[in-house]
Amino acid sequence: MSVGKEFIKGMVRENPVFRLLLGLCPVLATSSSVMNAIGMGVSVIFVLVASNTLVSLLRNFIPPKIRIPIYISIIATFVTVVDLIMAGFFPDLHKSLGMFIKLIVVNCIILGRAEAFASKNNTFYAIIDGLGMGIGFTFSMIIIATIRELLGNGTWLNMPVFGTQFEPVLIFVLAPGAFITLGFIIGGMNWLDHRRAAIATKS
Amino acid sequence: MDIQNLLIISVGAIFISNFVLSRFLGLCPYIGVSKQLDSALGMGMAVVFVMSIASLFTWMIYYYFLEPSSANLIFKLFRNQLDSPPDLRYLQTIAFILVIATLVQFVEMVIQKTSPGLYRSLGIYLPLITTNCAVLGVAFLNIDSDYNFIESIVNGFASGVGFTLALVLMAGLREKLEMANVPKAMKGAPIAFIMAGLMSLAFMGFSGLSFG
Repeated sequence: MSVGKEFIKGMVRENPVFRLLLGLCPVLATSSSVMNAIGMGVSVIFVLVASNTLVSLLRNFIPPKIRIPIYISIIATFVTVVDLIMAGFFPDLHKSLGMFIKLIVVNCIILGRAEAFASKNNTFYAIIDGLGMGIGFTFSMIIIATIRELLGNGTWLNMPVFGTQFEPVLIFVLAPGAFITLGFIIGGMNWLDHRRAAIATKS
Repeated sequence: MDIQNLLIISVGAIFISNFVLSRFLGLCPYIGVSKQLDSALGMGMAVVFVMSIASLFTWMIYYYFLEPSSANLIFKLFRNQLDSPPDLRYLQTIAFILVIATLVQFVEMVIQKTSPGLYRSLGIYLPLITTNCAVLGVAFLNIDSDYNFIESIVNGFASGVGFTLALVLMAGLREKLEMANVPKAMKGAPIAFIMAGLMSLAFMGFSGLSFG
């Protein structure tokens, strides 16, 4: 098991959003602007790394039969920490992310990593895995948010990109735009896969 | 009881701000369990049931244990040790998720004992519901919107119905889509997302409904 491989797998091969289709609710709901996407991504990275660390440290003490409630309590604790910190220091961001910060508790990525990885590996690898998956998640969110904010609002991180002539396609910052953007990105990734497979079989 | 108010809440939760199509809650089952009409209906029923009960219990937990008010039961029990009702609202997330997880487990056991027929049709979906963000979402929503006891239950039920409606419509479309000639790369999840986008577009039409 190499450190680099564990770190990189969350970004491409096992990308939680585009490949595994996990944790989609916050991805679609909070990707209407790049700022929101970064805020959500950083919160997820924090919760994922912290819960992976604690689960992996406690992996020999947690009785297997009640492991899921224990994982959920651990995750809920860290989510509360993030929620309170964000409400205290970034009230605007907290307001626009709304209840999706609290809903990180039920995000399948975090429970999934605790169950599938952190409970079986040592703390160092668990942290690396959490970082990789978290960054992969943030990266996907930023891609979706970039497309939506550029097309729907003509800005990137609130900076105007196109000239005044640009007429924003409002639908992209609304709910339907989120679904359509994600559909095309996943389709595009499948297309790349098929192409790569076709080239591999030819040669 | 203000029936009109309850009606407004129901229509709002089912159509105007549909849980899946405009609030983006419960997307995992929406994409995962929408391949067949039967299973979509089963999942929908289970969600309606759990969401109504979860709304009831989380409302009681919040107002009788977490909120610092004179109705707080912890304050009533330890009145001689406490000067003022304790503010436990920061425990909301942990309390709600544990209550919902326990509740789902409990509902599963009760259904298994009392009606094996219902258990056979809903049973496999019940464990999935714990991690369905729609259930936790409706609990937070009830508190954030300051709904009273009855309004919370009605909102929970109607949100569940809205979720079921979106899920069943999607399942019906996807069954037809099996026959369609979709480009290879877009098969499965990608085309489902685009279809969800179009449905969401259609549901946006309901936002013109206004009560006044």
